[in-house]
Amino acid sequence: MTMQRTIIALTLAGSLAAIAAPAGAQEHQVAPPKLSWSFAGPFGKYDEAQLQRGFKIFREVCANCHSMNLLSFRNLADAGGPGFSAAQVAAVAAEYKVKDLDDKGDQVDRAGRPADHFPSPFANELAAKATHGVAPPDMSTLAKARTYSRGFPWFLFDMVTQYQEQGPDYIAALLKGYEAAPKDFKLPSGGNYNTYFPGHVIAMPPPLQNGQVTFDDGSPQTLEQYSKDISAFLMWAAEPSLTARKRIGFQVMLFLIVLAGLMYFTKKKVWSALH
Amino acid sequence: MSGNSTYQPQSKVLQWFEKRLPIGGLVHSSFVAYPTPRNLNYWWTFGGILSFMLGVQIITGIVLAMHYTPHVDLAFNSVEAIMRDVNFGWLIRYLHANGAAMFFLAVYIHMFRGLYYGSYKEPREVLWILGVIIYLLMMATGFMGYVLVWGQMSFWAATVITNLFSAIPGIGESIVTWLWGGFAVGNPTLNRFYSLHYLLPFAIAGVVVLHVWALHVSGQNNPTGIEPKSDKDTVPFTPYATVKDGFIIACFCIFYAWFVFYIPNFLGHADNYIPANPAVTPAEIVPEWYYLPFYAILRSIPNKLIGVCALFGSIGILAFLPWLDTSRVRSGRYRPLFRQFFWLFVISCVALGWLGTKPPEGIYVILSRVFTFYYFAFFLIVLPLLGIFEKTKPLPNSISESVLGAKA
Repeated sequence: MTMQRTIIALTLAGSLAAIAAPAGAQEHQVAPPKLSWSFAGPFGKYDEAQLQRGFKIFREVCANCHSMNLLSFRNLADAGGPGFSAAQVAAVAAEYKVKDLDDKGDQVDRAGRPADHFPSPFANELAAKATHGVAPPDMSTLAKARTYSRGFPWFLFDMVTQYQEQGPDYIAALLKGYEAAPKDFKLPSGGNYNTYFPGHVIAMPPPLQNGQVTFDDGSPQTLEQYSKDISAFLMWAAEPSLTARKRIGFQVMLFLIVLAGLMYFTKKKVWSALH
Repeated sequence: MSGNSTYQPQSKVLQWFEKRLPIGGLVHSSFVAYPTPRNLNYWWTFGGILSFMLGVQIITGIVLAMHYTPHVDLAFNSVEAIMRDVNFGWLIRYLHANGAAMFFLAVYIHMFRGLYYGSYKEPREVLWILGVIIYLLMMATGFMGYVLVWGQMSFWAATVITNLFSAIPGIGESIVTWLWGGFAVGNPTLNRFYSLHYLLPFAIAGVVVLHVWALHVSGQNNPTGIEPKSDKDTVPFTPYATVKDGFIIACFCIFYAWFVFYIPNFLGHADNYIPANPAVTPAEIVPEWYYLPFYAILRSIPNKLIGVCALFGSIGILAFLPWLDTSRVRSGRYRPLFRQFFWLFVISCVALGWLGTKPPEGIYVILSRVFTFYYFAFFLIVLPLLGIFEKTKPLPNSISESVLGAKA
């Protein structure tokens, strides 16, 4: 009873802070398997072919429901990205219809240009909600906005091993994580059971199946491959500067280590007279 | 910054200028001739690191402000535009975001060093209190900067922290409305946080000048805690301290760069890459790591008002430290009992930090209370009593004796 009262009191204290998490929010989350990514580690960089395959999946599957508002077509040709040529980007952009105003101020649908942002599949969030029940999240920063708890002591090791791929690991696992709900699990209508989704009930039906997207480069057309490629693409969409960041990082590290070494010997020399 | 300088510029132009504005002499006496104890260890280099980090934060911050838009509908996207479209914007933003964490890491080491070696004791009380003021300003600045990103964690952190003031009896709700500039965290809140986030670092810089001034009046403390007695006990700031600080800043930069270039989001929260949404409460609201111990103290107390008082009290109590510690021996090196309580205090702070990430339930609450109790007991019970009962070890006769042995 006292314990109960304490808990109630604490919950109140918590809500002072609006920190009282909704009941069941601390739901157990299954840790996704760690995959190997070309962009992991200090010398990691994106795999162009993988990003191109991922973009194909995005375009043919994800983009039917998900927006990617912060990216423009031109980004597809940016250094460290999927490596499309300017002409390819213009061709891709032209396949989209973009809302704009003509000279008379009337709204028109015109062909997309490289400078345009990726158009959203829905006019606004309410329309997306009305269609799907839940508005599908924008994909621009998704791979950085999703993670799973590593817990002690793993998070400390992550600092040293540079494990930063929780997002793509989680997304890849989620896409493969659809299963029949266990017998004792009450699945709400409209929900789908997913092993890796926190709470297991996800509104999105399984989006990818074997053979759904055709690859021209001979890569296997399997869910396994799709889930990896789209996760890599989403990581690039969320962190397009990653390749440049790691390359510059190595140069900065080299410089700093040499500088620190020189400073160390200077310090030693200056102080040697004293000892 | 004290006493008359013996500085004599070589060139005629500088001599002419020095007669009219003796700034060269000021710099010379403060950063060249200034005597520093010769036995300072590397824990004394964090003042230099902190000055460096303040500079980094101000410079990167000014550049970020050129590209940032403080509006609820545009803020998140303007930060993303910095990451994507501004040349090296990702670098400037990651330097700034991780720089805040480095700043706090350095300030915590700096504070624990002061605590261990009794650097707050007479005649350095004002120096210490100025440091506490800087720390408070840093906390306010760091918090408001985190809100500017306007992700989910930004928004909910702003809601949580501003709501603390509603605990004040009678006028609490009005104060919160006044802080928000409305009836919820919204555009006026974001705008004023932006304004203050730009202002406060310069206030910090101002107090830092006072902090350094006070330091140069009383002189630095040192690992023995005894004052320099002769020229043999000190070395001039330049080149001895400058080259040592330069070396350690280069080392610190390696650590800093590791975060910026390889794990830039390690210290952040994934939810802050989701745009702020007042309609959706995140599963868990956790502050940045450097506030976690105080968050745990807040949540360990069931009564809201007392909890908030404990939160502010846990920082405010630092200002009274010079008078709570009754021991006449400064350095923990000669205080065997103090040393044990000190390390217990460090462990408590780390434990409270860990508990700040845990849900306020079950064993976590009990542990939070135990460590919160010790946090306050350390200042209010242990330190006053230790000065009376502790048998301290004999102090060396001088700094040079402690470094070079009795023969010097």
